[in-house]
Amino acid sequence: MVPLLSFLSAPGGHYRNGMPGDATATPIRTTVTLSAPNRGRRQAEPDRPDIDSSTARNRLSAAQAALLDEHRLLTAEELAGLAALPDDWVTSLAALAHQVRLARCGPGVEVEGILSAKTGGCPEDCHFCSQSSQFDTPVKATPFLDAGEVLQAAEETKAAGATEFCIVLAVRGPDERTMQRILELVPLIHEQTGLNVAVSAGLLTEDQARRFAQGGVHRYNHNLETSRSFFPNVVTTHSWDDRRDTCRLVRNHGMELCCGALIGMGESDEQRIELLVQLQELDPTEVPMNFLNPRPGTPLGDEHPVAAWEAIRWIALFRLGLPGVILRYAGGREVTLRELQSMGMTSGINALIVGNYLTTLGRSADEDLQMLSDLRMPVGALTGVL
Amino acid sequence: MDGTANRVDPGVGFCTGCGGASCAGCGRPFDPPRFCSTCGRRLTVAVTPGGYRARCRDHGELCGS
Repeated sequence: MVPLLSFLSAPGGHYRNGMPGDATATPIRTTVTLSAPNRGRRQAEPDRPDIDSSTARNRLSAAQAALLDEHRLLTAEELAGLAALPDDWVTSLAALAHQVRLARCGPGVEVEGILSAKTGGCPEDCHFCSQSSQFDTPVKATPFLDAGEVLQAAEETKAAGATEFCIVLAVRGPDERTMQRILELVPLIHEQTGLNVAVSAGLLTEDQARRFAQGGVHRYNHNLETSRSFFPNVVTTHSWDDRRDTCRLVRNHGMELCCGALIGMGESDEQRIELLVQLQELDPTEVPMNFLNPRPGTPLGDEHPVAAWEAIRWIALFRLGLPGVILRYAGGREVTLRELQSMGMTSGINALIVGNYLTTLGRSADEDLQMLSDLRMPVGALTGVL
Repeated sequence: MDGTANRVDPGVGFCTGCGGASCAGCGRPFDPPRFCSTCGRRLTVAVTPGGYRARCRDHGELCGS
């Protein structure tokens, strides 16, 4: 379903074009039938109630006042009211989100590269992930890349204009050998490239969090992925509370917390709002927004991507719910947003992953940098600025 | 899906998305090759920010971006 274009295929979706200066009394030249292309199925969207214009305007005005004048976070009720706005109001939602982003974070965009340094073979059963050893996916497990390969990837990231590099490992949590390898790599990469180095290595103990913080890990990624109420539908080998506890450890030990969401696993609007409020409570520095890119062989492999217009709605809502965070475009944006990727940048996004992802490819860094240049959004580190 | 199940005579093309001999090509946009097009064996793939390297035990390395 492509809501934005659906009106074009409605009855009466034809036009007759007279030519300027045409002297004929009946200036019918051509009849053109427009129809919306529908390339690839998309997820069903929730039925939203009819809301009159006055109510919609009032909700947006109240949100604007709360965020820009009263400097307070929106409540779950306020966010739910905005989430229920009809499709026609998504551009207004996006405009407000962009205004809030500029007011709270400025025009800069943080660019990051990521590397799967240890791929596949993960014992966890995250239903969206092709790296779980519990599912029969095409991804073959590979051991930890050697230091030279990781450094080369960091150099590729730097060449693409990034200021941040994240080493990601498909593990439940790091064992001692993994801890030591990461702690050797982090200062090496920082010294040789000047990049800030982030790590994503699963659940941490108190001692591991302390050692990473002391070892120069600038930011630690650990995604909640989804709300507490929906989490058991997509992961059974650890709990949402386990993830939250690691997030708290990261903050308690002075690392910046990068804590993301994955949209499109079958969760409801209410559960997305629930996640937003849970993220407000964790207060991360960065929130990567992932959109489900259904992976063959996983339990969610037959799902469909979120509709592009719906993704824009939720980008805007995440900015309005988390006004001061670094809100980063992450996995799935190419297949979900397609031609609307630049619109996401004016709907609240202020950071992106450049180049490829962990097991899938992204569009070229040149395309992203051109997009940012066209949007007059300067690239730079946002750490410590917000 | 260990690759060996899809092996047939070398020279016959295999889908790089699923390793199937009779598949017309199910590889998705933004996915690197996962199976060797020559033997259908699962590839060892390293995706990096600027490209990928896919290696078949028997048929060597394929790079791309």
